[in-house]
Amino acid sequence: MATLPLPTNAPATLQRLDGYRAEQAAKRLRTLLFAAATLLACLLAAWMGEVDLAKFVENFHKFPNYILGITPQLRWATLGEDFAEWYWGWKRWGRLLIDTVLIAYAGTLLGLVGGLMLCFTASANLTARRWLVLGARRLLEIQRSVPELVYALIFVVAFGLGPFPGMLAIAIHTTGALGKLFAEVNENIDLKPVDGIYATGASWFQAMRFAVLPQVMSNYVSYTLLRFEINVRGAAVLGFVGAGGIGQELLGAIRQFYLPDVSAILLMIVLTVAVIDIFTERLRHALIGMDART
Amino acid sequence: MSAPSTGALRTSALANAAAIAARHADVFSPPLAQRLLGPAVVALVLGLFAYSLVVLGFTFERVWNGLERLGYILGYMLPPDPGKHFWKYFHALGETVAIALLGTLLGAVMAVPLALLAAKNIIPNRLFHFGWRRGLDFLRAIDVLIWALIWINVVGLGPFAGILAIAMSDTGGFAKLFSEAIEAADRKPVEGVTAAGGGAPHGIRFGILPQILPIMISQVLYYIESNTRSATIIGIVGAGGIGLHLSDTIRLNEWQNVSFLIVMILVTVAIIDWMSTRLRFAIIGRRA
Repeated sequence: MATLPLPTNAPATLQRLDGYRAEQAAKRLRTLLFAAATLLACLLAAWMGEVDLAKFVENFHKFPNYILGITPQLRWATLGEDFAEWYWGWKRWGRLLIDTVLIAYAGTLLGLVGGLMLCFTASANLTARRWLVLGARRLLEIQRSVPELVYALIFVVAFGLGPFPGMLAIAIHTTGALGKLFAEVNENIDLKPVDGIYATGASWFQAMRFAVLPQVMSNYVSYTLLRFEINVRGAAVLGFVGAGGIGQELLGAIRQFYLPDVSAILLMIVLTVAVIDIFTERLRHALIGMDART
Repeated sequence: MSAPSTGALRTSALANAAAIAARHADVFSPPLAQRLLGPAVVALVLGLFAYSLVVLGFTFERVWNGLERLGYILGYMLPPDPGKHFWKYFHALGETVAIALLGTLLGAVMAVPLALLAAKNIIPNRLFHFGWRRGLDFLRAIDVLIWALIWINVVGLGPFAGILAIAMSDTGGFAKLFSEAIEAADRKPVEGVTAAGGGAPHGIRFGILPQILPIMISQVLYYIESNTRSATIIGIVGAGGIGLHLSDTIRLNEWQNVSFLIVMILVTVAIIDWMSTRLRFAIIGRRA
């Protein structure tokens, strides 16, 4: 080792190594500071959030007990009867579940219309007036930043209890979410097909129909279907504030400790959401496939 | 907007319109079923919409009266004013942020071992992989508010239940995302570390961790953003934060307080979004 002659540029290399070490040390210090800040924030949050580990440990046994409590008693010998007892309210729950899906559907569709109306104004490449673009964007932002449930609470006061205010709440929130996504799609379109269509003597509407729509359509549909999935989940809890759907029934079951009902309703919700997820995913893929063919 | 109406190509195309249409029959006259597909889909969508409106109790009278009342409510909301409750609301807002932060971090920590088990390259058993993934999906499929109601039964009313609820529903999501990151990690850096004389722990620390840590942190930050929104409403069922005041003031028709609370939420969400975006950029660079 010691006999190895140092290369002629050794001082420069060593200097660079020193630089590397210094950089590594600085990086390590930054990481440590970040970790310390996170820890501090956690402690502060634990204090604010009334985290009580003693209470947690003392009461934790209630959690597995609860899970056991909501698990239905299904015996192999009397499976049919047990199942019928577990799902004693299936007619009512099924109807409410259909309500839930319809709330999500109508809300998504209304939100889609709202999003379509606002997204062109919110795209900088389609609207020349800067203040209009910014105004539309702020409007969309407010619509999607206020949680659905807050809209639902207010609409329940204005329109009365029931699924209708829930649908409106979802529509407003969806308008904000889809409008923003659509505007982003619009801003990324290729303007050459538009020029091409104009060159054949097309009108503005024909240009939009044959040059813009084919570019954005699949994205619009895809985003709308995704939003529909999200909205079904959202609609399932709207009933917590009296805005229709299965949520009210679930809230009642949890509050009044009808434990097997809780699992029955939860399972129905989860299965419905899963089926809708699979269905919309298929639809999305089919549409993308159609795009690829044409 | 007017297009050029002259041009040799256009003239010849118009002259031969009939011949072109005959040659490209698939474009100019598609089969009837294909032509009817569009209108049929539209009719189906609108029909289902009309049916929904009937089921959901839509009447013009109701909408009209509701809009009138909504107009009054919006009028009562102005100007936003907290009354004497500003510090109470501020404290609740602090609780909300605490719930989001701690719930997300707790979920992320719990997700790490679950994610390791869900990664295909760690446990290459298809059946186990499928079952485990479905289990994680189940955690995710149950809404935060439902988890909150369940945890209230365990630890009582208050923000602690909210923290646990958010942690619970995030665990599933995080575990899925983390396991995907682990599966996508490149094995070559590990080979490099081994070639330089490192052992297996070195391989994980210097070969795998640098690849997945930025992704994980960026996902955690993103979830903190979205959980701040969830945490604002979790109080509606009694699991702490500003949601409790929101639902109370709405029920008591104290609309100026309501609008002030909404403004507080919007400002807080905007600040958290801004901070987390800045942090993401600082940690993973400009690209993501």
